[in-house]
Amino acid sequence: MKKFYIKINNKKILTNGEESILNIARKNKIDIPSLCYHPDLPVKGNCGLCLVEIKGFKKLVRACSVKARPDMEIKTNTARVAKSRNLNLELLYAEHVNKCNTCVNSIDCQLLKLVKKYKIDVTEFPKRKTERKTYKFGNAVEIDGSQCIDCRSCLDACQLLSGIKHLELKGRGINQEIVPKTEDKLSGLAAKKKGFVCIYCGQCALHCPVGAAQEQDQINELELALKNKSKDEILVAQIAPSVRVSIGEEFGLKPGTVVTGKLVTALKKLGFDAVIDVNFGADITTIVEAQELIDRIKNKKPLPLLTSCCPAWVRYVEYYQPELIKNLTSSRSPQMHTAGLVKTYFAKRNNISADKIKVVSIMPCTAKKYEATRKELRYKDKDLIDFVLTTRETAFLIAKNKIKFNALKNSKMNNMLSEHSGAGAIYGASGGVMESAIRTALHILENKKLPKIDFKEYRGMEGLKEASIKIKNRKLNVAIVNGLANFQKIVDQIDKYDYIEVMTCPGGCIGGGGQPIPTNSDIRLARMKALYSIDSKKKLRKAHENTYALKALHYLESQKIDKQILHTTYSKKNK
Amino acid sequence: MDLLEKIKKHDLKGRGGAGFSVYNKWKLVLKEKGKEKYLIINGAEGEPGVKKDEYIIKHHTKELVAGIELVLNYIKAKKCILFLNHDYKKYGEKIKKYIYNTNIEIVYKSKNAGYVAGEESTMLNILENKRSEPRIRPPFPTESGYKESPTLIHNIETIYNIYLVYHGKFKGNRFYTINGEVKNPGVYNLPANYTIARILEETNNFPLFKFFVQHGGQASGEIINSSQLKKQASGCGAITIYSYKNNSDFKLIKNLIYFYFNNSCGKCTPCREGTYRLKEMFSGEKMNWSHFLELIDNLEDSSFCALGSSLATPVKSYIKNVNPDFKPKL
Repeated sequence: MKKFYIKINNKKILTNGEESILNIARKNKIDIPSLCYHPDLPVKGNCGLCLVEIKGFKKLVRACSVKARPDMEIKTNTARVAKSRNLNLELLYAEHVNKCNTCVNSIDCQLLKLVKKYKIDVTEFPKRKTERKTYKFGNAVEIDGSQCIDCRSCLDACQLLSGIKHLELKGRGINQEIVPKTEDKLSGLAAKKKGFVCIYCGQCALHCPVGAAQEQDQINELELALKNKSKDEILVAQIAPSVRVSIGEEFGLKPGTVVTGKLVTALKKLGFDAVIDVNFGADITTIVEAQELIDRIKNKKPLPLLTSCCPAWVRYVEYYQPELIKNLTSSRSPQMHTAGLVKTYFAKRNNISADKIKVVSIMPCTAKKYEATRKELRYKDKDLIDFVLTTRETAFLIAKNKIKFNALKNSKMNNMLSEHSGAGAIYGASGGVMESAIRTALHILENKKLPKIDFKEYRGMEGLKEASIKIKNRKLNVAIVNGLANFQKIVDQIDKYDYIEVMTCPGGCIGGGGQPIPTNSDIRLARMKALYSIDSKKKLRKAHENTYALKALHYLESQKIDKQILHTTYSKKNK
Repeated sequence: MDLLEKIKKHDLKGRGGAGFSVYNKWKLVLKEKGKEKYLIINGAEGEPGVKKDEYIIKHHTKELVAGIELVLNYIKAKKCILFLNHDYKKYGEKIKKYIYNTNIEIVYKSKNAGYVAGEESTMLNILENKRSEPRIRPPFPTESGYKESPTLIHNIETIYNIYLVYHGKFKGNRFYTINGEVKNPGVYNLPANYTIARILEETNNFPLFKFFVQHGGQASGEIINSSQLKKQASGCGAITIYSYKNNSDFKLIKNLIYFYFNNSCGKCTPCREGTYRLKEMFSGEKMNWSHFLELIDNLEDSSFCALGSSLATPVKSYIKNVNPDFKPKL
């Protein structure tokens, strides 16, 4: 593509004809606001905030939807631009019934930021959506129509990123509304819509600029639990691999800043008695899953083996592809492994009754809220986990308690359930589960020291990653599906593979539905890099060399509860 | 002479309202070599007060179908879709009588598709079973239109003119729909260079009372006073006469705003929210006028499609040409 010059606010900029004016401006640190544009999604041009003046154009132009042409002269800061942009912002704000005091998204809210930045008079128009409904999806996600500004990013995220198409847009004009297709069942108009079920991935929430799509937060319940804690009760927080590289963003730190120690301190300040690491649980998962892979290969059981640590993916299989249930690993996820060990091993060693322990997960994910309540994952007929907080909820709670996060000193986790290998750390990135499991499986199969530890072909942002490795007298074909919509690319040729990792969210958990907003490809990459840096700095790189994990496994076996704590079952579910 | 050269010679303009050069449009479509092409005829005729497409369908059916065949063959299009207003279903059988071996499919606009259905990219969405809403442009339909193929879109009158040009019968006329408070309402075929005054005189419609005029359609047309009639009718050539006696400022502007509000597809903020807030001003007991002109200006300057922008034309021209004191009087 030939390069040429354009002018933005009289500044000469060299560019090509490929990019929109919005992207060129932002790359050159010229601020153009937008609420409906998200780099993950197609350009929509709905919100009317990215307006610019271009010499020779009669109307104002949406910078998101026009590509640069040679010699374009663009102005982003004229009185005419400001007049329309501010009025559109004011109109959008009048759609949004603000609930900032209790809204988890208030710390990330892009609408709030813009209204403050442009000093918008927000009192002129009365709110028009006070009567709108809130749609709740399981215990994971909700869409509060009274906060919606009709940008439609949730719709695209649901259709294009997860590929589920559970959300749809109904009605015209001011009556348009984002609704779940399942809702129609209630009104008796189900016939056409049957077959759509939410998988709780939360990509709608991650792409909502105003918190209309949001996690179902458990802030109040957790605050009560912390406040009313009895003397003999303890609260344990468990931190997922990817939260430590993202939560800093909520406090102004650069994406990819590793803040494990600060997060532990913050959680202790909030009143948690112990903080443990889901990376530890990830090592357990790796060992269990690698053994299953080997067993399936050796004993000619159904292949490919499919990962199951992404609960949205599991839900997808159970509802949409039940014929693949036999392929899902029986291994529980790291969240469940860690929690199971807290209620058994940790309780025993610390002489605490399991009933007196409350477990709180700090997760990048909305679907983990659902996973924690799955009946199949109970132990002794009780849920293992009491609350699941997303990264955003956790940050909201920290901010609400006026804890100055960036000034916190580092603390360590309880090392009985926190020592982990580098393999456990990378679970939060697409390809990480595969890489961890292969490190261990290869070691066991080859029965010698691994020739190779870094499997770079599994890493990165490609939607579908494929590789094959030689083991003994056979080839192992693997695929990594990065973003559930990409599963459609291989759904018809699944037999080609021996092992498939699927993460619903693009990038894996570092791009999870509960992560800080904004999340985009640059930010995902920074978080991903941070995870691999944790891994590469570790002496211990392979899960099965984690002696703490082996001890825990030994304990479960000795108590004959290994099956209950480590494994699970799935079942076909009807939509 | 080649059809395209004839079109060039006559400097034929599209009659859908925008007046784009037919020759240039064909060139853009023909440039897309080796791709499947489509021809779509826009007979949505959603602009209130315009009936000329209906007139042509009814009275020049044979010429219309022959014109379509000429274009289909020239650009070698895979097929033609004739997109018609739902009220024109009654002409369906008549049209079909003239179609022999040509691939012409008639699709009727649904009643609830709204005003915006006549906007060409919205029409494409409707034909592809998508939401009745405008698309982002570029790409333009000539490059990527129906099913992402190069698509030539013409208004019914344009096709009729192409037929005339081909047979050497084109005289530079156009169709005018005259309505409102006139003695002889109807569709007239007169020279395109006539002024509004002359058209009213020739059709024996020049009012004897105090009046003002809207030309180009009752939703998007400019409003002018009786001293400004020495210009040509714009857009799709409609002329509507209003008497001062029977039309209050308030009702006229209110009707316009309600029309746009009821027809807003909801895609963009300035139209969806702007027309709603304008409507509220007219329906509430207490009116807060502080944003009235700002909202109108904002629609004109930042609405996503041309239809949203067009509310500003009648409202602002009415205030300018008919009643500069509009706001204070209310």
